[in-house]
Amino acid sequence: MTELAPKSIVYCGICSWPPEYCEFGVSRARCQSWLDTNHHDLYEKIYTEDITNQTSTLSLEKQEKLNNDLAKAQHKQELKQERELQKMLNSKIVIKRIERNKRKHIISISGLEVFNLDSKKLAKTFASKFATGASVTKNADKTEEILIQGDVSDEAKEYIEKLLQDQGLNDIKVEQIDDKKKKKKDAAAAAAATTAGST
Amino acid sequence: MFKKFTKEDIHSRSNIKSSVQRGLKSNLVQLYPQLEPAIDNLIPKKSQVVSIKCEEKIQLYCVDNEIVMFQQYNDELVPSLTTVHKYPDCFPRVQVDRGAIKFILSGANIMCPGLTSPGAKLPEENMEKDAIVTVYAEGKENALAIGKLLMSIDDIKTKNKGIGIELVHYLGDGLWNHQE
Ligand SMILES: [Zn+2]
Repeated sequence: MTELAPKSIVYCGICSWPPEYCEFGVSRARCQSWLDTNHHDLYEKIYTEDITNQTSTLSLEKQEKLNNDLAKAQHKQELKQERELQKMLNSKIVIKRIERNKRKHIISISGLEVFNLDSKKLAKTFASKFATGASVTKNADKTEEILIQGDVSDEAKEYIEKLLQDQGLNDIKVEQIDDKKKKKKDAAAAAAATTAGST
Repeated sequence: MFKKFTKEDIHSRSNIKSSVQRGLKSNLVQLYPQLEPAIDNLIPKKSQVVSIKCEEKIQLYCVDNEIVMFQQYNDELVPSLTTVHKYPDCFPRVQVDRGAIKFILSGANIMCPGLTSPGAKLPEENMEKDAIVTVYAEGKENALAIGKLLMSIDDIKTKNKGIGIELVHYLGDGLWNHQE
């Protein structure tokens, strides 16, 4: 039996598509220079042959207009991405540990939207991951917040950091806050009780 | 199908039994007979296929951390785009004109005129509604999407109106961007 071997294919190191489609992506300029550096032969093939292919079915004028429109859209996209990235870098996710009574805590997670993390899906994941209850509520300022039953602040932080890394966001702050609503004396007593309990 | 797919849509992963794996392979070859000479390269005999169950009854099949194919409910198996890129000649293909590319890459279904214009190509022989086709584009070498016929090929040619192909999987969708 003759076996069919897989065809080898180069994918763009920037947008992950076959390079011939980079022109339709949002990072065209970066894609183009990546290809030029890493696969120069392919670069020549794609970025010179393309023009002759395109004109075969469309008039030059129409083609030019299309290209202009596309360039504009791409530029806009790039600016938008840049803005979004800046916004992300200036934002942070807050994980608050709220004490409900002596031993019970709930965790509130806010600030997820900026990073395109879906609160509802995440709440579901946490609920099954930590075998506990989790819900999504809207804050007074209309931002979403996940509430989880139980003291899972560290685990939640770790998981969210992993999700951010998957998006290539390594420097995002995930801040943990302890929110104790009790009076100082009670808090001290509680703290003493915990230390006593743990030893 | 995968426009908004993310990691969060995954429910569980499990190794499938070797008997099930054999069944999957013969099922796949039956659906795409041209794939026969490649099947043992695509899913080697000694490999372990991992089944990933997701939201909306979608099931992905993975070999060596690469998604090879998927299916929804118990519908037909559909190859992933990476599989199609490796074995382009093993699947039925259609070609859209250049103008349709950007719409497809934004996840839109394919309208008939994009399949019948001068830059487009359809198979000469008819294919029935619901068949899976790989989607290529004018002036491009590699597939950019996979779709399901909403009309037979003959109907697309003669009626030439409305949506001809439902987009199932395309470059840049959630499945394409997913990494195991
Ligand atoms: Zn690219």
